[in-house]
Amino acid sequence: MSVTRKVKKLQPSGIREFFDLVLGMKDVISLGVGEPDFVTPWQIREAGIYSLEEGFTSYTSNKGLYKLRLGIARYLKNRWGLEYSPEEEILITVGASEGMDLALRTLVNPKDKILIPVPSYVSYGPLTELVGGEPVYIDTTPYDFKLTPELLEKYAAKKPKALILNYPSNPTGVSYTARELGEINRILLKYRILCITDEIYGELTYDFEHTPFATLKGAKDNTVYLDGFSKSYAMTGWRVGFAAGPRDIISAMNKIHQYTIMCVSITSQMAACEALESGRRSVEEMKREYRRRRGFVIAELNRMGLECHMPQGAFYAFPSIRSSGMSSIDFCQKLLKDQKVAVVPGTAFTPMAEGYVRISYASSTNSLKEALNRIGVFLEKRRPV
Amino acid sequence: MDEILEILEKDGRTSFEDIARMLKKKTAAVKAAVARYQKEGVILKYKAVINKELIRDAVSQVRALIEVNITPQKDVGFDRVAERIYLFPEVSSCYLISGTYDLLLIVEGRDLQAVSRFVAEKLAPLENVKGTTTHFLLKKYKEDGVVLKHKEENKRIAISY
Repeated sequence: MSVTRKVKKLQPSGIREFFDLVLGMKDVISLGVGEPDFVTPWQIREAGIYSLEEGFTSYTSNKGLYKLRLGIARYLKNRWGLEYSPEEEILITVGASEGMDLALRTLVNPKDKILIPVPSYVSYGPLTELVGGEPVYIDTTPYDFKLTPELLEKYAAKKPKALILNYPSNPTGVSYTARELGEINRILLKYRILCITDEIYGELTYDFEHTPFATLKGAKDNTVYLDGFSKSYAMTGWRVGFAAGPRDIISAMNKIHQYTIMCVSITSQMAACEALESGRRSVEEMKREYRRRRGFVIAELNRMGLECHMPQGAFYAFPSIRSSGMSSIDFCQKLLKDQKVAVVPGTAFTPMAEGYVRISYASSTNSLKEALNRIGVFLEKRRPV
Repeated sequence: MDEILEILEKDGRTSFEDIARMLKKKTAAVKAAVARYQKEGVILKYKAVINKELIRDAVSQVRALIEVNITPQKDVGFDRVAERIYLFPEVSSCYLISGTYDLLLIVEGRDLQAVSRFVAEKLAPLENVKGTTTHFLLKKYKEDGVVLKHKEENKRIAISY
């Protein structure tokens, strides 16, 4: 059987081998995990179990349970002042990941250029390529990993179709204030560039309030807003997300969704309803805990000479490891072998992030402490004499 | 609640330095705040939470929840009688509660007899105690927010994007 040229062309992740190495090793302290260390709060798990007991085992409407869409519409209204119609402007997806795929399939014609600030989450480029689009990577490393207005203006001249904006960002933890987003929005509107936002870490913003892109002036009709339950409610394995946007786009996305996915698992949707109903307190508790760990980790990293900006959100630190004299992958492999600590090389997220690693602080304070100690020992041993 | 307290309530051994880093404060400020909390009696003491069921050689202990009905006294209400009761070393906790009885005690003893003897000889004969009901604890599942179970294994895959 022959695989299509398009799939053949897809870049396999360059660090698969390193991942396999980590997975094959025992007793590793891993700071390489891209999901919360909390389990889903009990009342949410319980709602999932109860729905099974009650016999909710069927399909739901393609767009998702109305009750869940209504809950999301209310959340968006109460939390951010955003008005989306639960009937026509919200679609329940298999995580924000499916939302991203649907948005790109719906919006991208062959050869369309899609702007992707990097370092970024790994799926944006490949998904763009799969629909025949052309990913245009914007290197943000010289700008503290931020998409600046000047940078965007420069790339806007290339007449791209859309910008994929993920904030707070995986892997850098960078986020944007309302003012910064306003600048970005102004340029997008000026050059008629659509915005696809991945705001899955939005609730985990620490130094200022998260601003959903769609709340900016004139942005709502120009934005596909992707979010979900994975990070804020520690529900990664349930696979529930949502897309909100203009009705014609959501309806087009739903056309693809109904053929490929049909609907999100009803158990997960029922659990997500409960998350919206009673999960607020857990979100706040987890957020406070992440913020404390963030302070601890960043202070420690800087103290040992791994220069690191203060991330404003998510649960990642993205320190420079240049002072060690090693390349990213070298650093990660040696750290794993010497000290049994796993972190992810920055180059997993773009070749431009050479010299950086991603450290996830979604781990207990004790593991973080032990892991950072070991990183300290590792650096000390390798310090050039 | 102050986040310093939240951190210490979770782990009383967190150092001043670590708390300072977590909250982006000065170590001296954290130290001063903790000293103040101790002085004011907000922080009463630091202790380890021990799962006694796992200690084989420990002197076995039984615990009982005891409901106590008492006659309140003029001017001091329940406080005087409560004090006479909670000062017994056998009483590890003592609460005044609403409902069909007045005090709820947690009493610890070497064995059933020891606890029964305490009830029969010390507690029940007290002047204002009208009656008691003793419930022996059979198994502890969760205490002070801690589930008494072996550490759960990590279910996440070790590395992901």
